[in-house]
Amino acid sequence: MNRYSRQQLFAPIGEKGQQCIRKKHVLIIGAGALGAANAETLVRAGVGKVTIVDRDYVEWSNLQRQQLYTEDDAAKQLPKAIAAFAHLQAINHDVVVEPIVADADARVLDRLVARGRPDVIIDSTDNFDVRMIINDVSQKYDVPWIYGACVGSYGLSYVIIPNETPCLRCLLEEVPLGIATCDIAGIISPAVHMVVAHQTAEALKICIHAPVNRKLVSFDIWHGQYRMIDVQKLKKDDCPSCGKTRTYPALQYENETKFAVLCGRETVQIRPAQRREREWTALISFLQQKGIQVVQNDYLCSFTVDGRRFVVFSDGRVFIHGTNDIQEAKKLYYQYLG
Amino acid sequence: MYCIINGETIHLPAHVRTVAQLLHHFHIHKKIAIVEINMHIVPKEDYEHTAIADGDRIEIVHFVGGG
Ligand SMILES: [Zn+2]
Repeated sequence: MNRYSRQQLFAPIGEKGQQCIRKKHVLIIGAGALGAANAETLVRAGVGKVTIVDRDYVEWSNLQRQQLYTEDDAAKQLPKAIAAFAHLQAINHDVVVEPIVADADARVLDRLVARGRPDVIIDSTDNFDVRMIINDVSQKYDVPWIYGACVGSYGLSYVIIPNETPCLRCLLEEVPLGIATCDIAGIISPAVHMVVAHQTAEALKICIHAPVNRKLVSFDIWHGQYRMIDVQKLKKDDCPSCGKTRTYPALQYENETKFAVLCGRETVQIRPAQRREREWTALISFLQQKGIQVVQNDYLCSFTVDGRRFVVFSDGRVFIHGTNDIQEAKKLYYQYLG
Repeated sequence: MYCIINGETIHLPAHVRTVAQLLHHFHIHKKIAIVEINMHIVPKEDYEHTAIADGDRIEIVHFVGGG
């Protein structure tokens, strides 16, 4: 019996669609909750190749929702990409799985897409800096990508097809600073799976060249809300990512969020590309609800979490005291400040 | 006035008259919001001068970064 028989019985895919899926290459950015679930679904579905990129390792707090990982992975602190690779190969050895332990910055993503020529890129990251890079790489190499994100019981998904649909920058204009993250507001597994269900359904459609859902989907799985908005009118001719004159701003070094160790101070400074006001009202109220003391004046706010002191300046800069490790600072920054 | 926001009938105070004021009322940053009124999407540059009226069906979607 063919392992894909039930999927082939589904008329829109069929035997021909399955043959198509078997030849496709999917690039998944991030191997956290979204990445693990996306990878498992697509590997079971029998795509030809999955490349999965992640800079992090498995921790106990991941096991509640990051479905590929086991207690053993957490005990060994295995890199997520490596742990994912082993489990995915055990699930379906027909699929070529390529794990990449790396920080998905502009240089890494540009090279991965230029060299690997994936058929679709799936966003499973936890921050907008990387999403804007994916957005530009997608336009540069004409590869569709699927945005997905969730916090609490809320989530969204949206498909970007270069030269056809508005890109993420058309919808967002700039990287938002100071919005809710899973490490502040929490996350439940059903919200992850709802996002992944949308992302993988659209990925399968792209694999068989079927029309995708062009609407922005959002939902709250706890409060029973679901909506779809037609955003096609938001496509901008002057968008620097997908418009007539493109500069791919997220691929320019000067537009990257910079991380630097402040010598002799056990401190890492994080500087977003543009100076801009940081929205911290929501962050502060979350921290206060959790009983974390926040010191605040007109110029900065500071608080301590995970034994590290954060100082957040109103011009967008952040200091993380108590570490000289840029990778650790990077992780903490995106965990708490999006 | 009353508007139907994300499927629920919600009473809005009198000073909320534009999309910008509506987002401010709900503490949603305009950069991360997509707003649709009576099935028509509102471009961000129009938030300040797009009026909302009694009975409008308004959808507000805000972007999040987690995953
Ligand atoms: Zn665009």
